[in-house]
Amino acid sequence: MDFIKELETELVEAQNLPDFKSGDTITVSYKIKEGTKERIQQFQGVVLQRKGSDATGTFTVRKMSGNVGVERIFPSASPSIDSITVNKRGVVRRARIFYFRERTGKSARIKERRIYN
Amino acid sequence: MPGIIGRKIGMTSIYSAEGKAMPCTVIEAGPCVVTQVKTQDRDGYEAVQMGFGDRKEKNTPSAMKGHFKKAKTDPKSKLVEFKGFENLNLGDIVNVDIFEEGEYVGVVGTSKGKGFQGVVKRHGFAGVGQATHGQHNRLRAPGSIGAASYPARVFKGMRMAGQMGNERVKMENLQVLKVLADKNLIVVKGSVPGAKGSTVIIEK
Repeated sequence: MDFIKELETELVEAQNLPDFKSGDTITVSYKIKEGTKERIQQFQGVVLQRKGSDATGTFTVRKMSGNVGVERIFPSASPSIDSITVNKRGVVRRARIFYFRERTGKSARIKERRIYN
Repeated sequence: MPGIIGRKIGMTSIYSAEGKAMPCTVIEAGPCVVTQVKTQDRDGYEAVQMGFGDRKEKNTPSAMKGHFKKAKTDPKSKLVEFKGFENLNLGDIVNVDIFEEGEYVGVVGTSKGKGFQGVVKRHGFAGVGQATHGQHNRLRAPGSIGAASYPARVFKGMRMAGQMGNERVKMENLQVLKVLADKNLIVVKGSVPGAKGSTVIIEK
């Protein structure tokens, strides 16, 4: 099994993604190809889950677009991810906060995790 | 066909230059030792026999010990014959670098055994599809297996329940994504028959 781990670290270039977990609000900047041009689009929302690890890992980000919830699953090793910034660290008790989908309005708030130095 | 013997390690994914994720299988292939060279004169056909994997001395029959001693190598656990190699001599070592990135290979393995399975799983029959209207224990039944007094028999090869898996399977046209010669690893696109750790044969 170590062969796979070795290979994954070797083949997947170090992405230097910031550390984030479910409940955090992040902005994902990802590259979009339009014909021959490439541009960067942003997707800001709450992380619902992180899944897998290394080369096969993904994370789900949910945002409200008007009244409609939009979820996007990004492979964390994808080269089309330009950068990720963590906007807010949230306090949640679960690794996968699917209950968050049913929440709207005031209940769809996540307490912020304060980091004291 | 020239080839090499290896061991399936497992699966992961790799990103292509366009940023697409590709499923891939990692195989530890070689180094293989030539344990016998068969010639037209002596054996009636041209081939080389190669060995891969270690085997304990005490588990090797003495006849095989002599066979390996001729090639001046330690006992090997798996021996396979390949055709199409040229200029190989007894005791030569074949490495994974006979493959190039981008070329297409076939991989032979023993598929995972599924045991005795019915026709729905084994042959993709649809089953009955109804739970009511008189269906009692007929949900996954094969249905009719032929006509009546003519031909008055069941045709050979009729698809029925039986052993599924644990048979030799070859996957063809798998693209080689990476060759890591220093670690004896080869990465092919897609899946490969067999469980992790099982022996596979990679052919050009």
